[in-house]
Amino acid sequence: MILPPRAAPWFGVGCILLALVLLQGAIEAGWVDVYIVPLPSDMLAALPRLVADENVVGRFAITFGETLASGLLALVVGVALGMALQHWPRLLLAFESWFALLAAAPLAMAYPLFLVLFGRGPLTIIVIAFASALAPVVLKTVEGLSTVRPVLMDVGRSLRLSRGQAFRMILLPAALPQIFVGLRLALVFALINVVGVEFLINLGGLGQLINELAERFDLPGTWAAIGLVVGVSICFFLLLEGGERWLRSRG
Amino acid sequence: MVAFARLRQGVLLPRLVAGVVLLACWQGLAMSGLLFRDVIPTVPALAAGLVRVFASPDFYANLAVTSAELAAALVAGGVAGLVVGLGLGASPFASGAFEPWLNYLGPTPKIILFPLLILMFGVGLESKMAMGAVSCFFPIAISVAAGVRGVDAVLLRVGRSFRARWDQMLVKIYLPAMVAPLLNGARLGFGVALIGVLLAETKLAKQGLGFMVMDAYQRFDMPRMYGLLMVSVGLAAGLNLLLERLAGRAGLRNIRRERS
Repeated sequence: MILPPRAAPWFGVGCILLALVLLQGAIEAGWVDVYIVPLPSDMLAALPRLVADENVVGRFAITFGETLASGLLALVVGVALGMALQHWPRLLLAFESWFALLAAAPLAMAYPLFLVLFGRGPLTIIVIAFASALAPVVLKTVEGLSTVRPVLMDVGRSLRLSRGQAFRMILLPAALPQIFVGLRLALVFALINVVGVEFLINLGGLGQLINELAERFDLPGTWAAIGLVVGVSICFFLLLEGGERWLRSRG
Repeated sequence: MVAFARLRQGVLLPRLVAGVVLLACWQGLAMSGLLFRDVIPTVPALAAGLVRVFASPDFYANLAVTSAELAAALVAGGVAGLVVGLGLGASPFASGAFEPWLNYLGPTPKIILFPLLILMFGVGLESKMAMGAVSCFFPIAISVAAGVRGVDAVLLRVGRSFRARWDQMLVKIYLPAMVAPLLNGARLGFGVALIGVLLAETKLAKQGLGFMVMDAYQRFDMPRMYGLLMVSVGLAAGLNLLLERLAGRAGLRNIRRERS
């Protein structure tokens, strides 16, 4: 390569922009059907319209409110369950694989069941997202607690710490990095499920926006909305990564 | 080993207790009248629904459709992921340019692309295959790229000193050294492809397990819907877990071989 490695991220961005320009040309030349892929310039032009007419800011708040609610609920319940499992080794042996099974289950697919149980409202979305985010938090908490270096526990024992003290002063701080990973996973899983279910049941925030625009056959709007949601998710993941690093550096 | 076996016996009791308690809670809720009748079927009704699912021939027909969609999705997404992953892993520059995009696009909810896939591939099986392929492309590409970078430099030097051609390097050095990340990518890809296919079927389809679930939901045939969900979610979770264990074991075997 002639370009220095530092230029790589810019090269990536440049390639994507070039691809968009080529796409624009291909559509204008009639090689690509404009009723399948709208002009990239039209997609861009649709963005301000979405913000003005489709209440993007309000939808944003709904989606993030639901994501935070379910993710944090999963964190609290999941860390508590993980601690309980770690505390009673027999329960850990009995149920760790159950949680692994739960983590592997495509719970979002059971959304008709949740619709029947909780009605077609925000509660359903929060419950599905919570259920999907719970198992990873439990598993990460157990992993964090069980990989505490034995020598640390020995130090605690030689200082005659009580169980509660040992937990507070040794186990928990040592397990925190893994618990942060669990928190990040919980929020990521929550966001994916919230947006996905909003799209599938046509209710609520950003996910519904895409469904509505697609059903109205507003193609530039649909593409722009998808781009918007993907962009918002990426920002959310970046924020979470930054937050996790910040928490780690302090912990 | 003996201690482990003893613990294993100790595992049965809590599992049984938990299972019985869960079923009893469910049955109690079903009989309590707190929710509309039929919303929560009783345990015997659930069991009957499960049996009915397995006894109906259209279940197997739809299972075959979903499996075919999944297989096509895995082939298309897998080949694309393998090629892109090998390219990214081999070139640090390409990895710096494009891998951040893969990493951040990977976890975004793919199902929102479904309206576009319907436009491109129609309402039939093809759009579900595309949905699955798009879903599994990302984890496969990411783990293949990481796998290429993780290949032991000594192996590469051996290959080069034998003057292996690029295809020989690929088949004799890279791929065998990458069994664990390849399996891991396949496992992750399988899981997300299955979810993609099933969710797409619940949104808009005339065949497949996802369609059957929605059909039962719309007719309010609750025992059938619960039965179908138990089978499909259970099947998916079980297969996922099985692949995970297999990939883990292959990884361990690789490590052991390297140590000996």
